[in-house]
Amino acid sequence: MARTATKLLEVDGLAVRFHTDRGVVPAVDGVSFDVAEGETLAIVGESGSGKSVTAMSILRLIQRPAGEIAGGRVMFEGRDLLQLPERQMQEIRGDRIAMISQEPMSSLNPALTIGLQVGEPLNRHRGMPWPDALQVAGTMLRKVHIPGAASRVRAYPHEFSGGMRQRAMIAMALTCTPRLIIADEPTTALDVTVQAQILELLKQLTREAGSAMILITHDLGVVARYADRVCVMYAGRVVESGPALEIYEDPRHPYTMGLMASVPRLDDAGRQRLVPIEGQPPDLANMPPGCAFAPRCRFVTDRCRQERPALLSVGDQHMKACFADVAQPT
Amino acid sequence: MSHSQPEPLLAVRGLRVHFPVRRGLLAKRQVGTVKAVDGIDFSLAAGETLGLVGESGSGKSTAGLAVLRLLDVTGGDVRFEGRDITALGRTEMRPLRRRMQMVYQDPFSSLNPRMKVADIVGEPLIVHGEAGSRGARRERVAELLDLVGLRPEMGRRYPHEFSGGQRQRIGIARALAVSPALVVCDEPVSALDVSIQAQVVNLFQDLQARLGLAYLFIAHDLAVVRHISDRIAVMYLGKIVELASREQLYRRPRHPYTRALLAAVPIPNPRLEAQRSHQALVGEIPSPLAPPPGCRFSTRCPMATDLCRTEEPPLRDLAVGHRAACHFAED
Repeated sequence: MARTATKLLEVDGLAVRFHTDRGVVPAVDGVSFDVAEGETLAIVGESGSGKSVTAMSILRLIQRPAGEIAGGRVMFEGRDLLQLPERQMQEIRGDRIAMISQEPMSSLNPALTIGLQVGEPLNRHRGMPWPDALQVAGTMLRKVHIPGAASRVRAYPHEFSGGMRQRAMIAMALTCTPRLIIADEPTTALDVTVQAQILELLKQLTREAGSAMILITHDLGVVARYADRVCVMYAGRVVESGPALEIYEDPRHPYTMGLMASVPRLDDAGRQRLVPIEGQPPDLANMPPGCAFAPRCRFVTDRCRQERPALLSVGDQHMKACFADVAQPT
Repeated sequence: MSHSQPEPLLAVRGLRVHFPVRRGLLAKRQVGTVKAVDGIDFSLAAGETLGLVGESGSGKSTAGLAVLRLLDVTGGDVRFEGRDITALGRTEMRPLRRRMQMVYQDPFSSLNPRMKVADIVGEPLIVHGEAGSRGARRERVAELLDLVGLRPEMGRRYPHEFSGGQRQRIGIARALAVSPALVVCDEPVSALDVSIQAQVVNLFQDLQARLGLAYLFIAHDLAVVRHISDRIAVMYLGKIVELASREQLYRRPRHPYTRALLAAVPIPNPRLEAQRSHQALVGEIPSPLAPPPGCRFSTRCPMATDLCRTEEPPLRDLAVGHRAACHFAED
């Protein structure tokens, strides 16, 4: 890759599998990408694409024994996170790398006040005394525009609306100015006007802190608005990656092209027929031998059904995993 | 779409649905009222699609259920096929239910997991006494499954054997079993992945063209609503704030809430997004237990004045087929 910006995170050949009663499921199968300092990388995919499992694996939050990281490397600040002892991993979580999840209610402790939870990373990672940490928590809550922040420090999560909980989560994630924020569908559960507020806030605060972000989403509009680069996943694999503008204007993988054609858009006149991707995503417990997208692909050949295409460069920073030489008709 | 012609398929006038809020040991003490739907008017012609959009708490789903008389109506009236159905009892409603059906959001919880798909799809035929002989029913079910793009032999399977998109097709087949004129669709594609969502949206459009169905299409996704609707009503906190044809609403939204809603939706086009203003609306939707006085949007509206905070703006005509409830909307 020709990019000169310093790489903050390099994921290489990540493999994660789950043991289920239907057999071993390769939820993530040889995924590679990197994130530069300060940039926003969007990982896009539909359900079952492995985008969330990829995010969880970076922080080693895969539940054992049902799930296990089966291979690959996750290089962050010069160390392979997959090789670190759990104690050192704990020092990284919430300090150097923070996570914002889709369901703030399941990530916040219902029995602790918001202030304690927002201030906790400072106390734990920086040894800041509690009175000071609570003070900073109040400042952070103000930063994420929680009305009456100073008194809300003593509120409990159930007293907050969904949007306010997500703001509190952002405050918590940013307390220690992490180098990397992983936001897993951070606004999927929220209404569109609140979604816009939260994403703008996230963009502004990560920019101020100089943090990089991995934004995991299924929403191609959100990606277009916020991402510098995009990584498209399908059935546990990366099928295409590149700068956001190129992915939208010159998609090279048939799946990416199909996704773009299947979304109704506010900027077209409507009533034009949508072009769906026919068929269903493959069963991860029973994957086709070649390309995972082959059964649904318009450009499929015999080779696609037998051989798995590697992720190869198709231009500066632009990569795809596809044998066919396809480009969007313009 | 015509305006002065014959009676519409569905006409809703002054519809109100209020829920008492009770507290206390046996929930005997009423401590408030949630005005989920608080006086809305709209109509729907045969074969037409009216999109009903709004955020959570807007009352859009409640309105859909009330139209089908699946919820008690507090006030106003609902006319269906020329008949006032507001006060009809259960037995009087039953024959009408063949004409008005519903498709739900969640294809996982709206299908009985213990029933085979053929029985799920065929059940309305039995309920409405249209079953006929077993053979006739089997044939009709096969025809319905085929209509929604499923293979007839899939009827022998159970819901859990199907993907989300396929389950939504099963729900649609069931709704169509009794040949309805109106289908209320409550967020019918929002649980589906985009590639599958497009399949189901296309199916809705094909079925409408083939069967002349009218849809009340309730959704929060403005892009999907724009794609599928002839006219669109925007709801906020129990009221319709704007109602217009698709072109009018998206080309020239008159209500500040509609404009904010449209601005908030990101468009899958990075070049366009780089030029758009991302000024987000402040605040959140107030509680329907205590809606603000005057215009309900006044607490979040960038152009609100004292007038807005005291006097409720009526939904008024601004152009042919275009109505908005704002003191400052221009003609």
